[in-house]
Amino acid sequence: MSIKGIIPALTVVGFILLIWTVAVVPMNAHLTADQAQRDGLAMSPEAPRDRQEYAGLTLAMKNPAIIPLAYTLERPRLPSPHQVASELYTTIFTKAPTSRRSLVYHAWVTLSATLLGFVIGTTLGILLAVGIVYNRTMDKSVMPWAITSQTIPILALAPMIIVMLGAIGIQGLLPKSIISAYLSFFPVVVGMVKGLRSPDGMQLDLLRTYSASSSQGFWKLRLPASMPYLFTSLKIGISAALVGAIVGELPTGARAGFGARMLVGDQYGQPIVTWAALFGAAITAALLVAILSLIEKRTLRRMGMGAV
Amino acid sequence: MVYLIALAIWAAGWFINSKLANGPHSDTRAISLLIPIIFGVTIIAMWEVLVTMLDVSAVILPPPSMIAARFVTSLPMLWADFEQTILKGALTGYIAGMVAAFGVALLADRSDFLTKGILPVGAFMAALPIVGTAPIFVKWLGSDWESKAAVVAVMVFFPILVNMVAGLKDTSAMQRDLMRTYGAGYWPTLLKLRLPAALPFIFNGLKIATTLALIGAIVAEFFGSPTVGMGFRISTSVGQLALDMVWAEIVVAALAGSAFYGAMAFFEKRVTFWHPSQR
Repeated sequence: MSIKGIIPALTVVGFILLIWTVAVVPMNAHLTADQAQRDGLAMSPEAPRDRQEYAGLTLAMKNPAIIPLAYTLERPRLPSPHQVASELYTTIFTKAPTSRRSLVYHAWVTLSATLLGFVIGTTLGILLAVGIVYNRTMDKSVMPWAITSQTIPILALAPMIIVMLGAIGIQGLLPKSIISAYLSFFPVVVGMVKGLRSPDGMQLDLLRTYSASSSQGFWKLRLPASMPYLFTSLKIGISAALVGAIVGELPTGARAGFGARMLVGDQYGQPIVTWAALFGAAITAALLVAILSLIEKRTLRRMGMGAV
Repeated sequence: MVYLIALAIWAAGWFINSKLANGPHSDTRAISLLIPIIFGVTIIAMWEVLVTMLDVSAVILPPPSMIAARFVTSLPMLWADFEQTILKGALTGYIAGMVAAFGVALLADRSDFLTKGILPVGAFMAALPIVGTAPIFVKWLGSDWESKAAVVAVMVFFPILVNMVAGLKDTSAMQRDLMRTYGAGYWPTLLKLRLPAALPFIFNGLKIATTLALIGAIVAEFFGSPTVGMGFRISTSVGQLALDMVWAEIVVAALAGSAFYGAMAFFEKRVTFWHPSQR
């Protein structure tokens, strides 16, 4: 992205951060007022019950003293941006990556399941797409299901898959990977079928005049032509795979991974932990998509299809 | 023996389908509908045969007949879950997210600068695991359907926003100049030219969002819900190893998802009949 494109994007991000920062006060007003009262400050309606009658904003207006305190609450309803940032910083950079308190450790647990699932799902997806393109029966019978399945909330299957596999003795990395694979599978199938069919009649005819065999047609025309479609679906697939791995951690009471971190923060009343896990997952997703975009750019440029 | 029967079913289904697919009428509507149905029936028949004859425990994979029986006998319960999760949670959130996205897109559209900023940021947000906000919303809004609607609204907001902002850009200078020569101001141009031109994009976003809405509503229930709802039923039935119930809920989810998507595709067809892709 050029410098010109970055400034508007940063403005929008800055605006979102501003809204977030402002919202911290009304969201936390009641909790902060209770805490401040325990610490010996006089609050304007004395009884906590009376304070519930007021909206967060009016309460903060009545007691301006709590405004700065709202940003440093230990267990806030809405953590402030700097609290989340500092939690991210301490759990990523100051803890050893092997420690259970390090977010890098949890990121790796989720990421390994995501990547394994992504590789499985993509491989199967490409194979099925080749089958669909070259076999008319398969095309007619499987393709409608592949498209319909996109409208189904597949993620709802996650808890059952975990239990099913657990019942036959498969635990750990693989169940999560299977959910990831399942989620990244369909975008790849649909994208690759489109891509492998993208060469037009003229190009196919040209190969025929060269008397190219069907396998040469695949390797020299169809496969290269499908690359832009493949990368588009890979980017969709990898973020779906990450979501799959995270959701896969939820119903099993997993002890490591982003999903487990979110659950722990939720159950033990540590919202900052949940928020940090959420942002950790977001950063991971962004990095994965960015890496794929980079590979896409390089590959396409080398193939002479580079974005201008 | 069991495997032979399963193989025979597969061979029969495949044989019929390959005859149909390579036959002379394979592109007619009826046949293109029939082939996937035969394929589905083949799979279900194999599933039934393998699971019942191999005595696979219902805790691992219940046979389709058991799921169907469960589906029929617990219709009232499934309907209550459907009402709670889909009608209250997903649909409310979907409409809220859609209205918010339309509003922001129209506002952003008035400034080139904002559009340039919102497109990359929105596309980025759409790729994030927003489902993770579910525990936060459940904490804020309680465990009833309001928190689910909020998760859904946030999930559907970005895809719809990005598509609408991109769609509103999709008119040529020539078309806008023509409107100007007619003396049309901002609102007539918007209503008569730019919104109609943006409709294919908007529907693309709306269709993507249907699946997201169901996912958000169901997954958010894993974090806390009243004792009704599809996500609640799935997670408790998994705990009780009542997998036939889980599958029945998945059938409901699949039907609801397809119907929701189908409804959007139907509206799209009616509203954007003029677009090349619909002709």
